[in-house]
Amino acid sequence: MNFELTEEQKMVAALARDFATEVIAPRAEEVDVQAAFPVETFLEMGKLGLMGIPFPEDYGGSGGDTISYTLAVEEIGKACGSTGLSYAAAVSLGAAPIYYYGTEQQKQDYLIPLAKGETLGAFGLTEPNAGSDAGGTRTTAVLENGEYRINGEKCWITNAQYARTIIVTAVTGKDERGRNIISAIIVPPDADGFTISSPYNKMGVRGSNTCELILDDVRVPAGNLLGDPAKGFKQFLHTLDGGRISIAALAVGIARGAFEKALQYSHERRQFGTEISSFQAIQFKLADMAMEIELAQNMVRKAAWLKDHNKPFTKEAAYAKLFASEMASRTCNQSLQIHGGYGYMREYGIERMLRDTKLMEIGEGTSEIQRLVIARQLGC
Amino acid sequence: MNIFVLMKRTFDTEEKIIIENGRIDEEGAEFIVNPYDEYALEEAIVLKEAHGGEITVVTVGEEEAEKELRTALAMGADKAVLLNMEDMDEAIDHYTIGEVLTAYFKDQEADIILGGNVAVDDGAGQVASRLAEGLQMNQVTTITKLDIEGTKVTIERDVEGDVEIVETSLPLLVTCQQGLNDPRYPSLPGIMKAKKKPLETIDFDDLDLDEEEIAAKTTTTDRFLPPEKGAGKILEGSTESQAQQLVELLKSEAKVI
Repeated sequence: MNFELTEEQKMVAALARDFATEVIAPRAEEVDVQAAFPVETFLEMGKLGLMGIPFPEDYGGSGGDTISYTLAVEEIGKACGSTGLSYAAAVSLGAAPIYYYGTEQQKQDYLIPLAKGETLGAFGLTEPNAGSDAGGTRTTAVLENGEYRINGEKCWITNAQYARTIIVTAVTGKDERGRNIISAIIVPPDADGFTISSPYNKMGVRGSNTCELILDDVRVPAGNLLGDPAKGFKQFLHTLDGGRISIAALAVGIARGAFEKALQYSHERRQFGTEISSFQAIQFKLADMAMEIELAQNMVRKAAWLKDHNKPFTKEAAYAKLFASEMASRTCNQSLQIHGGYGYMREYGIERMLRDTKLMEIGEGTSEIQRLVIARQLGC
Repeated sequence: MNIFVLMKRTFDTEEKIIIENGRIDEEGAEFIVNPYDEYALEEAIVLKEAHGGEITVVTVGEEEAEKELRTALAMGADKAVLLNMEDMDEAIDHYTIGEVLTAYFKDQEADIILGGNVAVDDGAGQVASRLAEGLQMNQVTTITKLDIEGTKVTIERDVEGDVEIVETSLPLLVTCQQGLNDPRYPSLPGIMKAKKKPLETIDFDDLDLDEEEIAAKTTTTDRFLPPEKGAGKILEGSTESQAQQLVELLKSEAKVI
């Protein structure tokens, strides 16, 4: 076994850390308060090659691995949860399905600009009445004269207003057992009948662009179908498995940010004539936080390693996502507690982390769904 | 244009430095490319972009320095050379490094050699100048602007906050000062490509150098951290009495007036 990162992985982490510290962190508070999507940041990230880490150079990517990508997500998320979420969604949900399932032509047309960071990708799966229960998808796509006519509604879709490429899942028919066949279709945002808006006022990750999609008789060429028409369901389960690793990495990043602030504050804050870090009540909190972060990080790396080595990683991705997201909520909460009244104030940035990280327990499969995934993997 | 960059691996001065028995505890130290050398490397990349050519980054050190050389390759250098001192039994100082570099560069045809103004660890600013002397090459230190047309070079240099404009010609050695440029981040594709770029290791004794002749001319007798900053003193009373107390303290305690 080898727990050491490679030189390349270390360099990717160092690059992401420098960029996150110098560019992303100073904007984090404004991004949150204004709920302003940081477009400029993403253009810069594209130029550095961060948007294309896990994709080959032939497709505009950087030729890195999943571990490198999770390291970048962690560093970016540590600086700003909103930016981290938009980043993870763009790479894992927007671009990855095209890389895994797209035809050569689709990769040329759609993946290259995504990997170069010229535009963002979005993945439209969730509907008002269908989230993790993807079988309940109501959006339909009917094949007519070589075109799909799509009707339906999607909600909480990340990045859609900044995307040139939106993947939408839709029911395209029924299989021999009468179950819905779900396919993934690439829809350009300027298609007639396609309305994208951002009507939400969120608790956290306020700077990420969260959208509602309404598809009213939207027509796209049949060639926009992504991957196997009958295996859309399997494809997005695999996509979500990959996405979960990145959400777990994001949670670890946010938790690290909250922990570092707590540790620093505990050395600065004096009560009863001494640093509060000398109190066992604080020490035990810090010890638990540090341990849990390390455990979560190890799980993220293991899941990423399995993915990089083409081994099954569904269960491990769920472990990582579940543990890291719940750990991050605990850690941010304890960090706020250590900060006391100051932690409750916006200027300390801790309350933002707590609000941001709560989403990690919900997005890309709730904690309950992760437990379900794990139980199914156990044969239940 | 044949461009060379002198690079030093230094510990990160933003990290906590621990000294034990007059030695820096390297176990706990983070190492980085000397920040002034990043200006040199950035300028080298700018020169290559404008004039074409090849960038070779050179360091004197041990195997660990390969990491910083790879970082330089990731930023945009084409080749890296490690002048390895691992087998050197004698002590090493700036004189030694200068001699080793001189021996290496005697066989190179450099149009320009760029180094950092100083290294952030010992802040000596010796090595680049020693190399220029060794090679009998023109040198201009602490530069903040560099223009090259043909072999004519126009330089602005920092002179204690003032600017001096120097005209000189290639071949040339310069040392780079803050303000010259903003070093770029290594790009992700750059990082991935760095692994495939050539990194050559030359043992110092392959350079026809005699160990004793290049041994350190200085000895380090002790190393210690600056004294810890004491608690501040808050003067009280009327403005006038505070001023009087301050003058008194500056005379008697601080002894600066």
